[in-house]
Amino acid sequence: MKHSDRRAGNIAVFLFLTVFGIFMALPIYLAFVMAFKPEQELFVFPPKLYTLNPTLDNFRNMLEDLSKSQLVPFSRYFFNSMLVTLSITVLQCVFSAMAGFVLAKCSFKGKNFLNAFIVVSLLYQSNVIYIMQYTLITKLNMINTYRALIFPMIASPMSLFLMRQSISQVPDEIIEAGKIDGANLFRICWQIVMPNQKPALATVMIFAFQSAWNMQSGSFIYRENLKTLPTVIQQLTASGISKTGISASASVIMLLPPVIIFIFARKSVIKTMAHSGISG
Amino acid sequence: MNFKKTFKEIRRSGECYLMLAPFMIFFILFTVIPVVMSVPVAFTDFNIVQKPDFIGLENFRNLFLNDRIFMKSIRVTLIFSVVTAPVSYALCFMLAWFINQMPSALRTVFTLVFYTPSMANIYAVWQLIFSGDRYGYFNSVLMKLGIIVSPVQWLTDSRYVLGVVIVVQLWISLGAGFLAFTAGFQNIDPSYYEAGAVEGISNRWQELIYITLPLMKPQLLFASVMQIVSSFTAGAVAQNLVGFPSTDYKAHTIMTHAYDYGWIRYEMGYASAICVILFLFMYISNMLVNKFLNQEQ
Repeated sequence: MKHSDRRAGNIAVFLFLTVFGIFMALPIYLAFVMAFKPEQELFVFPPKLYTLNPTLDNFRNMLEDLSKSQLVPFSRYFFNSMLVTLSITVLQCVFSAMAGFVLAKCSFKGKNFLNAFIVVSLLYQSNVIYIMQYTLITKLNMINTYRALIFPMIASPMSLFLMRQSISQVPDEIIEAGKIDGANLFRICWQIVMPNQKPALATVMIFAFQSAWNMQSGSFIYRENLKTLPTVIQQLTASGISKTGISASASVIMLLPPVIIFIFARKSVIKTMAHSGISG
Repeated sequence: MNFKKTFKEIRRSGECYLMLAPFMIFFILFTVIPVVMSVPVAFTDFNIVQKPDFIGLENFRNLFLNDRIFMKSIRVTLIFSVVTAPVSYALCFMLAWFINQMPSALRTVFTLVFYTPSMANIYAVWQLIFSGDRYGYFNSVLMKLGIIVSPVQWLTDSRYVLGVVIVVQLWISLGAGFLAFTAGFQNIDPSYYEAGAVEGISNRWQELIYITLPLMKPQLLFASVMQIVSSFTAGAVAQNLVGFPSTDYKAHTIMTHAYDYGWIRYEMGYASAICVILFLFMYISNMLVNKFLNQEQ
């Protein structure tokens, strides 16, 4: 193939990605602009794509408005979200790492069934289940507790699936060597296998953090001081256009933690996702 | 000797079960039980407080014969899924393919740009973009270009509601599937392409069809599962963007309907019947996609 053809093709691809990327990034960019726009500039015709007078008013209003109208300070929602998200993330990583290790590398009765089961349950991991979980959460007396938000999200089939796929790339010899040295499975898992599974762990961490962080507390929580940040942002957005600036600034704060985590862990994610296939 | 070996194996297995236990306990309690229980509950009248009343097929009969909103929601969900799942799937694949042809530094930038929306919860911004007055960005652009004369009510006009929701859903849909594709491309050994070039493969289309696609089948399957789940169970975008209920139920998905009966009216029997139907839809479409992808080989 002619070299110059490929080069021209690459430039075309680059241009396409750039144009498409600008469209994709525009709403995010606007969220930042709106968060820093003074209120009177939010509603002008024609709407502007920038602001010359950036201000922190929206952030200030957000802090005041939330504590005034909801009787709970903004920091409390942030704390709730962080507490719930971190608990979910840590437990999801630890549990799916151990289970993934066993499913990938150990032989025991029921293994084939469980492996097939995990692939099917990828389908049943969704917000439909929240509705069905409601009865259970009520029966367990967990309404209005952090547990109601944390427990249902701990066992994620996708995390288990990703861990299993990644660990199954580890050569069996390494595990056999551990067995000969007399290490038990727990030690083999955490001291021999996991140190080399940082990419997979980082991936599970990112997905767990992201889904937990964006979770609305829905009907599981109706006490104001236990609500999470996305729930409150949703309430703000629903309360109408007058709160647009506040909503935007809250959204920007919401967006930062997962994006920062993703940027730092991107390479690891790509490594793990390379093994994410389902062999059909 | 043999006896000793079996005993040892059971002990080994015991260790395995012990390490599986934490995951499995939570998985069985909070996923398997709710899903399995939804089937019997679907045949009852159940409001959580009182004991469930067995009513046979009553819920399903009501759903299909008397609940016009449910019939609407099936239509909306099908239109929605038929558009978003394949488009988003194709988009994920195409963008990942394009990104793979860029130098490494650009790959990072583009991956981040396309993936960030799936992390974003910025409905307030979308509301302003599609705002029904001339302060809305979309309206103002169209008015400036002279395509429309007066502002269009994108979020409340029943003709446009579903379209707007689809656009926003596509915007946030470059998630796990997209990353799986990006990784799949980078994982392909360049020697395959070199071998292909020797065999007479001459452009990137042929590379894609004869080399890349067959090697990416596992990722293709994984991403299809992710797409099906996210498009069939979508509802959050509509609820946050065009309100609940949306104008004339034009963006009312099956999921939204289940949410309405489950979490707002506490009619869990009815809500379970809806969920059972939704699961059935997902299961069937997943089977069809798997069959199709396996046939391709």
